[in-house]
Amino acid sequence: MQKLLGSNFLKKAIFLAATFGLVQLLIVTGVINPFIMDTLTTICINIILAVSLNLITGFTGQFSLGHAGFMSIGAYTCTIITLRVPTTLGFITGLLAGAILAALVGAVVGLPTLRLRGDYLAIATLGMAEIIRIIFLNLDITNGAAGLFNNNQYVNWFWLFLFTAGTVVLISNFIKSSHGRACISIREDEIAAEAVGINSTKYKVTAFVMGAFFAGIAGSMHSSYFYFIKPDLFGFLKSINILVIVVFGGLGSISGSIIAAILLALISTSLQSIPELQMVIYAAMLITIMLFRPQGLMGSKELSLSLFKKWSSLIHRKNGGEA
Amino acid sequence: MPILKVNKLTKAFGGLMAVSNVNLELNQGELVGLIGPNGAGKTTVFNLLTGIYVPTSGTITLFQDNNQTQLQCLKPYTICKAGVARTFQNIRLFKDLTVLDNVRIAMHKNLDYGLFASLFHTKAYSEEENQLIEKSLELLKILKLHHKKDELARNLPYGEQRHLEIVRALAANPSLLLLDEPAAGMNPAETANLTEMIGWIRKNFNLTILLIEHDMSLVMKICERIYVLDYGMVIAEGTPSEIKANKRVIEAYLGEEVNHA
Ligand SMILES: Nc1ncnc2c1ncn2[C@@H]1O[C@H](COP(=O)(O)OP(=O)(O)OP(=O)(O)O)[C@@H](O)[C@H]1O
Ligand SMILES: [Mg+2]
Repeated sequence: MQKLLGSNFLKKAIFLAATFGLVQLLIVTGVINPFIMDTLTTICINIILAVSLNLITGFTGQFSLGHAGFMSIGAYTCTIITLRVPTTLGFITGLLAGAILAALVGAVVGLPTLRLRGDYLAIATLGMAEIIRIIFLNLDITNGAAGLFNNNQYVNWFWLFLFTAGTVVLISNFIKSSHGRACISIREDEIAAEAVGINSTKYKVTAFVMGAFFAGIAGSMHSSYFYFIKPDLFGFLKSINILVIVVFGGLGSISGSIIAAILLALISTSLQSIPELQMVIYAAMLITIMLFRPQGLMGSKELSLSLFKKWSSLIHRKNGGEA
Repeated sequence: MPILKVNKLTKAFGGLMAVSNVNLELNQGELVGLIGPNGAGKTTVFNLLTGIYVPTSGTITLFQDNNQTQLQCLKPYTICKAGVARTFQNIRLFKDLTVLDNVRIAMHKNLDYGLFASLFHTKAYSEEENQLIEKSLELLKILKLHHKKDELARNLPYGEQRHLEIVRALAANPSLLLLDEPAAGMNPAETANLTEMIGWIRKNFNLTILLIEHDMSLVMKICERIYVLDYGMVIAEGTPSEIKANKRVIEAYLGEEVNHA
């Protein structure tokens, strides 16, 4: 058992290192140009946002429409700090401060609202994100509707990869622990979970706070890579976009969120050449896919070696049948 | 020695008195039945005992190693931590999780490792996770479910789902176990098997059991004492033979069955 765990860990580490190295090589050799780098960054940020929202909505079953609010807290905190301390250290400090602040707001908002169920919670979180947006719109330090401009870009592939892979690994680890199972049991049946000793409020708030923390990180990375932030970037539409990735990939599937973040980014980038039709085609594709796979691309399953084996044996059987 | 004392427990839903002025007393190690016609208020009593409903009035006291806990103002999860576990009349398993997960989740309340260990999968994490699996399989073996540990709960046949709910309740390590119609939907052979199993579990886990059941063969066979509920009130209390002979009970409850037969 110990050996098994060890080899699994090794496999993961090798996979992560290889991914990092390959992309780094492509950047150095110029195959990944600045345009592709923009898409890659968007993908990474969306992965963090989707996986962290999946923890709240997909795994713990709490419908949140306010994820962009937490993202904006990270974005503003990080920008405000890096504007005053324009170094990489300033950026990392800003990023951590942003994530912690988002987590704190998550706790303050979560404690009273997570007692609400379903639609009511969705509306409450929506309201929270709106309030955060209006606060940023009216503060001096955030420069109101005009927003903030960050002269320096601290986020490079190294930081992007570190925080994206870190988020994915930590949240999957959490899900595979007893604490994670406690969250999942609330999604499955809250009354039964309480009856076997799970403090449902505690675990809802834990998931919410963790989700907010990572959304804060995503916001910081966004602000530091794309230079410019304003309150309108983090409105209702942004929250919905994150939710779309989660639902599209499958509620309760981390690999689903990752695949969906990549696919949707590729689709919308490839549609950029026809701006008139972009949103129409994007929406039509979403509707079509959701009609055929209402449970999302992955359902609640994870991409794994055994799943590959199942698929390949299915394909083999099909081919055999045809022959 | 009493383990549970219920005093003048009352629950009103609007104008309906689902439970009114119920007094119950369970002694350490007893197996007690709670019977009554449909809608008598039995499940409501369980929901009050486990904190799913807050009583309109009355007290519930749990006695354990010289300390006593008032349950009527506690949340369900604290009541479970205090040592009361239950099953549900309409099975409430975690349907999309595996059999093993269903059991492991009930052991979470006694978990030692914290958030840090769960995020970084430290040594404490893997050691305790292995223990959890081992303990869960041990419990599953009792009801012969261990070879189905990786199946989704929803895919188990009905009888095994009821069994799994009992295992899950046991995993919470209770001193008082509440079973809400454990034999519902089972055939006579399955019921006989279950009857034996309940007796065995009580002995080996050192439990006190309160049991709601419509199947009289089961109730009369294993219960030492029986409370009869009708229209939310306790109308009789006594040993199985006393209850069988009680006129009010026959009128209110057994009479129905006699007429049906
Ligand atoms: N949440 C609720 N709201 C309103 N009325 C309720 C509620 N729960 C139970 N009741 C009512 O309380 C009464 C007692 O119901 P309860 O479920 O306790 O009966 P029971 O003895 O368990 O019956 P059965 O043998 O059919 O399971 C019924 O009239 C029921 O309709
Ligand atoms: Mg009932």
